[in-house]
Amino acid sequence: MDKIQKKLQTKSKATFQDYFGKGICYLCIGLIILLVTCILYFIASKGLATFTQDKVRVFDFLTKTNWNPGAVDSQGHPDVGALPMIVTSFSVTLLAALLATPFALGVAIFMAEFSSKKGTKVLQPVIELLVGIPSVVYGFIGLSVVVPFIREIFGGTGFGILSGTLVLFVMILPTITSLSVDSLKAVPMFYRQASLALGATRWQTIYKVVLRAAIPGILTAIIFGMARAFGEALAVQMVIGNAALMPKNLISPASTLTSKLTTDIGNTVMGTLPNNALWSLALILLLMSLILNMLVKFIGKRGRF
Amino acid sequence: MKKKTIISLVLGLAALMLILTGCGNSGSKESSAASKGSSSNEASGKITIVGSTALQPLVEKAAANFQKKNSKINITVQGGGSGTGLSQVQDKSVTIGNSDIFAEEKQGIDSKKLTDHKVAVVGMAPVANKDVNVKNLTMDQLKKIFTGKITNWKEVGGKDEKITVVNRAKGSGTRATFEAAVLKGDEAVKSQEQDSNGTVQKIVSSTPGAISYLAFSYINDKLQAVSIDGVKPTDANVENNKWKIWSYEHMYTNGAAKGAAAKFLDYMNSDDVQKSLVKDMGYISIHNMKVQKDSKGTVSSK
Repeated sequence: MDKIQKKLQTKSKATFQDYFGKGICYLCIGLIILLVTCILYFIASKGLATFTQDKVRVFDFLTKTNWNPGAVDSQGHPDVGALPMIVTSFSVTLLAALLATPFALGVAIFMAEFSSKKGTKVLQPVIELLVGIPSVVYGFIGLSVVVPFIREIFGGTGFGILSGTLVLFVMILPTITSLSVDSLKAVPMFYRQASLALGATRWQTIYKVVLRAAIPGILTAIIFGMARAFGEALAVQMVIGNAALMPKNLISPASTLTSKLTTDIGNTVMGTLPNNALWSLALILLLMSLILNMLVKFIGKRGRF
Repeated sequence: MKKKTIISLVLGLAALMLILTGCGNSGSKESSAASKGSSSNEASGKITIVGSTALQPLVEKAAANFQKKNSKINITVQGGGSGTGLSQVQDKSVTIGNSDIFAEEKQGIDSKKLTDHKVAVVGMAPVANKDVNVKNLTMDQLKKIFTGKITNWKEVGGKDEKITVVNRAKGSGTRATFEAAVLKGDEAVKSQEQDSNGTVQKIVSSTPGAISYLAFSYINDKLQAVSIDGVKPTDANVENNKWKIWSYEHMYTNGAAKGAAAKFLDYMNSDDVQKSLVKDMGYISIHNMKVQKDSKGTVSSK
């Protein structure tokens, strides 16, 4: 009796193993949460210093077009108008997504619906290879191939939003493609069978049934692609020209948020306005990626079927 | 159950704190040991050098040679830009901060705390794409090009082609030197900005109508180096200040240099480095200069 009672009341070895395992998990979670909070706090405190310490008005920062943090304008306000960078960042991102989506969808539909197992086996690694190429290589190809090409055809210097878009197009294509393939493959087989049984052709089935059912997944794929394009720094910096000017057309040199950051951060001194202004740009980038992430969550929730 | 979750979370965080503070402690111990090492006169210790990418290759080479003779001294050389170098040496995060510009010229740096060690001179010249067919400009024309008042090469005797100005990143040492010598306080036209000599070299040599400026060591025969007022950009012309666009390469220490750092800086200034390495790597020896320049840009004879 006593023996059984003792055995039941004391904790077994397995229980301690359980505690140990749980403990490790919580430790890791704690570490990651701490890390994320630290990063958020660090960027936010640095980024907001432009507005709290240096008294730049948020509205001016977001709407003015003159970026020259070292100098002051006629009224004595520092020249930190980030609008050119914000506009350029959004333009390259949207244009690259617009350009990449049709191609990515085409490849995805082929891989999910038409191609034989063998074809998929060849295509899959090809697409994945594109993800693995470092961005500096894309940038270098852009600088030596895309920029002269644009210069030949459209004139100007070849640096600008168009070159940036073309480089980003290749970079986000694999992201959108592979995520779209997954969501197309996730559409249940009986949808297709039912549609074909009703007498629909294969194209009608894909167009009216499979694609419609996969829309939330495809949208998520596009947004992930946009997030990558928005945050890409090196490749874009090499081909966009880095001029903090409002882009007049697609082939005039411009500057994105990320390219401005990478070009200038080494030349500023911590704690001064030019440095703080760069942190504010980083804050905008962070907020944008948060918004894009939330969008993905939102679509995922609405699109469940 | 919920209580347990919270308890383990708190425990987890506590453990984390322990680890982190542990790391912090050992880190500070190490650095204090290092500073002790450098304050005593023994030739041992650790020197961290951060800053200007223009000076980095020279310092790296010199550090490698220096360590062959002084195996107890460990030198780490990193880039990061002049601004990083100056701010980190001011914070005492590094032993020596490399800079292309005087500390006085940089906003946010208290130059009184820092000791300047000039180790070399770099000349810079305007460079243009070969197709523009312009080999000489007056200082005034050059200024007008970079302020955006002259926009076509035919206005300065070249062919009928739009001028594409390629600038360096704002705050870069090369740009500061060029603007001080050429623009003399005027605002440069807003244009392309690139963050390294290498990229500028590539872009100017491949873009028709492009003009920019480069350190002498980056000028090659794919580019047209432009003379100013008939003066050719050569080392000899820099040494007697006939060529105006040049700057010192500085190595700053916080306070006077001590121990290993002082020894290394002496080595940088010795004939070993100045007579061979400096020249080989495209810089001009500080010993050859017949003039000197102060932080306000005033030049006087030595």
